[in-house]
Amino acid sequence: MSFNTKKIKKNAFRITKDREVTALRIRVPGGHIDAHYLSLIKEIADEHGDGTLHITTRQGFEVPGISFADFEEVNEKIAPILEGMEKEIGVEIVDPGDGYPAAGTRNVSACIGNRVCRYSNYDTTELAQEIEKNIFPNDYHVKIALSGCPNDCIKGHLQDFGILGMIEPIYHQERCIGCEACVDNCKKRVTSALSFEQERVVRDEQRCIGCGECILQCPTNAWERGGQFFKVVIMGRTGKKNPRLAKPFLKWASRDVVISIVNNVYDYIERHIDTSLAKEHIGYIVDRTGYPQFKEEILKGVELNSECEIADKINWNGYQTGEKI
Amino acid sequence: MGFNFSKNEFNQLLESLDQEYQIYAPVRKKKKDSFSANDLITYDLVKSLEEIELTAKSKYSAKEIVFPIRETLFHFVEGEQFMASDTDDKYIIFLRPCDRNAFKRLDKIFLENGPEEDIYYKRLREKVKFFVIECTTGFDSCFCVSMDSNTVESRDYSAFLRFEEDGVSCEVNDQDLAAEFEAQAKEIDFEPEFIRKNKIEVNLPDRDKLTNEVFEHQLWTEYSQRCIACGRCNTSCPTCSCFTVKDVLYDENKKSGERFRRWAGCHIDGFTEMAGGHNFREEYGDRMRYKTMHKIYDFGERFDFDMCVGCGRCDDVCPEYISFSKCINKLSTIIEEGV
Repeated sequence: MSFNTKKIKKNAFRITKDREVTALRIRVPGGHIDAHYLSLIKEIADEHGDGTLHITTRQGFEVPGISFADFEEVNEKIAPILEGMEKEIGVEIVDPGDGYPAAGTRNVSACIGNRVCRYSNYDTTELAQEIEKNIFPNDYHVKIALSGCPNDCIKGHLQDFGILGMIEPIYHQERCIGCEACVDNCKKRVTSALSFEQERVVRDEQRCIGCGECILQCPTNAWERGGQFFKVVIMGRTGKKNPRLAKPFLKWASRDVVISIVNNVYDYIERHIDTSLAKEHIGYIVDRTGYPQFKEEILKGVELNSECEIADKINWNGYQTGEKI
Repeated sequence: MGFNFSKNEFNQLLESLDQEYQIYAPVRKKKKDSFSANDLITYDLVKSLEEIELTAKSKYSAKEIVFPIRETLFHFVEGEQFMASDTDDKYIIFLRPCDRNAFKRLDKIFLENGPEEDIYYKRLREKVKFFVIECTTGFDSCFCVSMDSNTVESRDYSAFLRFEEDGVSCEVNDQDLAAEFEAQAKEIDFEPEFIRKNKIEVNLPDRDKLTNEVFEHQLWTEYSQRCIACGRCNTSCPTCSCFTVKDVLYDENKKSGERFRRWAGCHIDGFTEMAGGHNFREEYGDRMRYKTMHKIYDFGERFDFDMCVGCGRCDDVCPEYISFSKCINKLSTIIEEGV
C-alpha cells in the first residue's frame, strides 16, 4: 500500500503501530456534542473500526481499527459531523465529504461551563466554538482549553492557552446583612481577598481572582455579577523535555482581547517556527524567542481593555526531565 | 369601581402615577442572579407595564422596600444624635396576594408586638399603597391556600389588577387614585379572582397538640445534617422580620458615626450568640425547629393567624433542597400519629 502519510495525518487519521490500520480523530469543539452524532460515530466504529471508541483528553473521539483502504469512505460518512459541528459554527470547510482539512491546531476543549455548572462564569462551549471558528483549520500545533472559573477543571494550566473565566464582583453595602459568608468562604477556599471592616465587606482588588464565589455565597444578592473577564495562562505543557504549568499572562482581559491574541498567535508562529522539526510546538518557540518578543508580537494591534493586566516577565520553570530525581 | 385599560392606557396611568409615587414591582434583571447567565427576579422601580415581571415569582419579596435590609436609625456626632432623615417619597407596590398578606404579618410585628410602634417601619409603611396582582395559578412551590393567604380583602388594597393579553382590568379602592384611573380607562364590572388550590397542600398541626416533646424529635436532627445555615430561607421570606442593631464609628472621625439596623436570620451563625460566647442554638436542626415553630405556632398563638403565608420562596432558594412545606407536613404526621 502506498500513500502520503503527511496528507493522511493532516486529514486527522493516525499512523498506528499496526501496518495498514489507522484511527480517526473526531473533534468536538467546546466539548459539547448533540447526542445524535453518537449514532453516526458508533456506525463508523462498528462498520469500519473495531467497534471501540477512545475518548481523548481533548474531548474528541478516536475511532481505532480502521483500514487505510476505507479512509475515503469514512471521510464521506463523517460529512454530517463536519457540516454540523464545524461548518455550522462558522469554520471554513470547503467540502465536508473530504474529512478534516487540518489536524495541527487541536480541538478547542472546554469544561462544562455555565450551561450546567454553578461555578462557571460564562458559556465555555460558546467561546470555544468562536475560537475554533477563528483558528481552525490550521496546521500549527496549538492547544487551547477554556474553563468557566479559576478552578480550571479542564486543566488549562497544561495548555498553550488556558482561558479561565473571571467575573467582577460588585458590592452593594445597602443589601449586605453582614453574615460574612463571602468573607469566610474567600478565606477558606480562595485567596482571602475579602475582609469585614466597619460593618462592610472590603475587597482587595489585587488579591481577588474574579472567581465569583462571593456572589454565589451571598444570601441577599449584595454581590452583583459585574463585567465578564478572563485570565489567560500560557505555555503550560507536558512532553518529554520540560513539562511545566502555564503561567498567568493576562488578568481581567476582555473577551475581545482573548479572541484577538489567539488570532495573533499564528503570525508569530509563522515568523519563528523551526521548520526543520516535524511540528514545533508553540511553547518551544516562545522558549527560543523569549517572552518579551512573544508579548510584543501577540499584543500587536490588540486594543486592550482598561482593566487588563499583563505579566511583565514570565519564568516557567517546570523541570528538566533529564535530571536526576 | 372596575376599569379596563389597553396596555397603552395603562402605561399612561403609570406615567401619571410616577409623578407622585415611586412604583415598585417585580422585574427581571437579565443575567443578574447569583449563577452566571440566570435572570434575577426581584423588586425594583418601574415606569412601564413592560418592565413588570408577571410570569415568574420574585426571589425576594417586597418587604425590603418597607423594611430595608440595612437602615440607618440615627447619626451621632460629638454628644448629639439626629434621627435618620425621612423622604417625602410615596410608594406603590405591585404584589401578589400572599405578599400582601405578608405585610399584615409585618404590621403585627412592627406595630403591635409590644408597647411601642416601630417608628422607622411605620413612617415608610404609611406611605405605601398596594396594587395586588391577581394570581389564580400560582407556582410549583406555593401553598398559600393552606396558609389562608390566597385571598385579600378589598380594604387591604388600593387596586387589584388582572393582567390580560391586551390590557389590564382592575378594581380601584382608593379615593386618592380614583380620578387618575377614571381619566385613563373605561369603566367595567370587575370581580377579583383568587387561587383556590395549589399543587402543594399543607396540613397544619393542631396547635393544642404541639408540645415540648416534639422539640426533641429526630425530625430536627435530619435538618442538622442537611441545612448549611446560609440563611437564604430567612432573606427570601416575606415575613421574616428579625434584625440586629450595630454602631459604626467613622474612620475619618471617631466622634461621629451611625447606628443602623440590619436583617438577621435565625438560621445564620451568630443569631443566638450572646456575651461570653454562649450560643443556645448551635445545631442547625434546632434553628429549623425554631423557625418552623415561629412560622406556624408562636406567631399564631399571639395574633390568631400564622406567620407563614405559603409563598414557597424558602423552598425555591434552598441550596440543599430543604422544603418547608414538606417539613410542616412531616411535623403534622408526627403530631397526628403520636410523637
